[in-house]
Amino acid sequence: MAKARKFEGIARELIALRIANEIPDGSYANLGIGIPTLVSNWIEGRDIVLQSEIGMLNTGPLAYGEEIDQDLINASCQPVTELPGACYFSSSESFAMIRGGFMDYAVMGALQVAENGDYAGWNIPATGRGKYGNIGGSMDLAAGARNLFIAMEHVTNTGELKILKRCTYPITAQRCVKKIFTNLAVIDVTPEGLVLREVAPGLTPEDVQSVTEPKLIIAPDLREMAL
Amino acid sequence: MDKVFPSIEEAIADIPDGATIGFPGFFTCGNPVYLTRALAKKGVKNLTIVVMQLGVGNEEINELLQNGQVKKAICNYPFFRSASRKSLFEQLLKEGKVECELYPMGTFAEKLRAAGAGIAAFYTPTGVGTLVAEGKEVRVFNGREYLLETALHLDYAFIHAYKADRMGNVVFRKTARNYNPDMAKAARITIVEAENIVETGEIDPDCVHLPNIYVKRIVKVDRPKINVTIEATPSS
Repeated sequence: MAKARKFEGIARELIALRIANEIPDGSYANLGIGIPTLVSNWIEGRDIVLQSEIGMLNTGPLAYGEEIDQDLINASCQPVTELPGACYFSSSESFAMIRGGFMDYAVMGALQVAENGDYAGWNIPATGRGKYGNIGGSMDLAAGARNLFIAMEHVTNTGELKILKRCTYPITAQRCVKKIFTNLAVIDVTPEGLVLREVAPGLTPEDVQSVTEPKLIIAPDLREMAL
Repeated sequence: MDKVFPSIEEAIADIPDGATIGFPGFFTCGNPVYLTRALAKKGVKNLTIVVMQLGVGNEEINELLQNGQVKKAICNYPFFRSASRKSLFEQLLKEGKVECELYPMGTFAEKLRAAGAGIAAFYTPTGVGTLVAEGKEVRVFNGREYLLETALHLDYAFIHAYKADRMGNVVFRKTARNYNPDMAKAARITIVEAENIVETGEIDPDCVHLPNIYVKRIVKVDRPKINVTIEATPSS
């Protein structure tokens, strides 16, 4: 029988807000599908340029009605708008700037994250798709972005742990995650291990540890999530 | 030079069974829908199709699959996002009726770029330690591991352009550019379907996205009608 989630923590929108607060003005960023997409709702008016790996910089908010242009979509196939300064380029150039180290931040969803910074996000063995899956741009972003942030629920819908000693699903990239933002905590990935920096309001470090497989190092300045 | 062909049928007449063909496009955007439809009608078989995504918002590729024209797909995003929805390609793959070669998106693009630039192979940090690294050489440069990937050459590329002049200078529109320039350069024979054809000299030389040397044939097509709404998003 499926286990219920032990702790609710904060809403997905607030995970996105917490991440938006972590990205400084003057940054270039790429947002993946899911919670990462929600980050864009919190950076309107900020001096942050969003790249879409389809081949665009200065991607604007989603387009509705008359604004929709069939030649203008984001990498999740949603119609979008362009902001002043927008420019378009080919796929090879799009990924050259990603691998080339020009992307300051990439925010991605994940199925599992390991304490050494490995993460898995493209292939769920239970789907029966074997060694095939939708890789998309995730492996390139993970390998190329200067700072890879993971945005996800701390455990699965059925209570399975997602922050593990070792990923059990096929990984997207090895030793690449810098920070993990969940509904329960903000965790840094460091050479010494996972450092618990912030906990969601109402939770204790012990609560977070109880749904995290690797031993968490408690930051000396541990605090409640800054929202 | 005038590379405009009178009809799509004539522009693709020499494509043989077993050809490797590139189809640019990113979900619904920038797909060579008219050339692909004509190829489905022509009926050549045993094709290797090089395409980012399969059958997701791309009915014309599904037509090729439906007709049994495809032997193998070299791709990046073969399935619907949700595992409960099965694309035609996923069904055919499961039945062993098609083969699949899978690459990360940036590696896929760079393999095409390399082919067009005369580079046989390259080392990339993408995919190291993952399933896509299986059987590939790993080499360390400056303390970091890189994976050896090789160029991906195409026999033909089908290109969707917003505008072309008669000589083959091409302009794309917004995110419909995506894989079009990379595939155009990776192919021995590049065929462009253009929404607009203008006289040579009418495109500002500073604003050409694809130089004419890469283009062999051009055909005029209408602007396709594509349903792009948040609700129609086919990626999920």
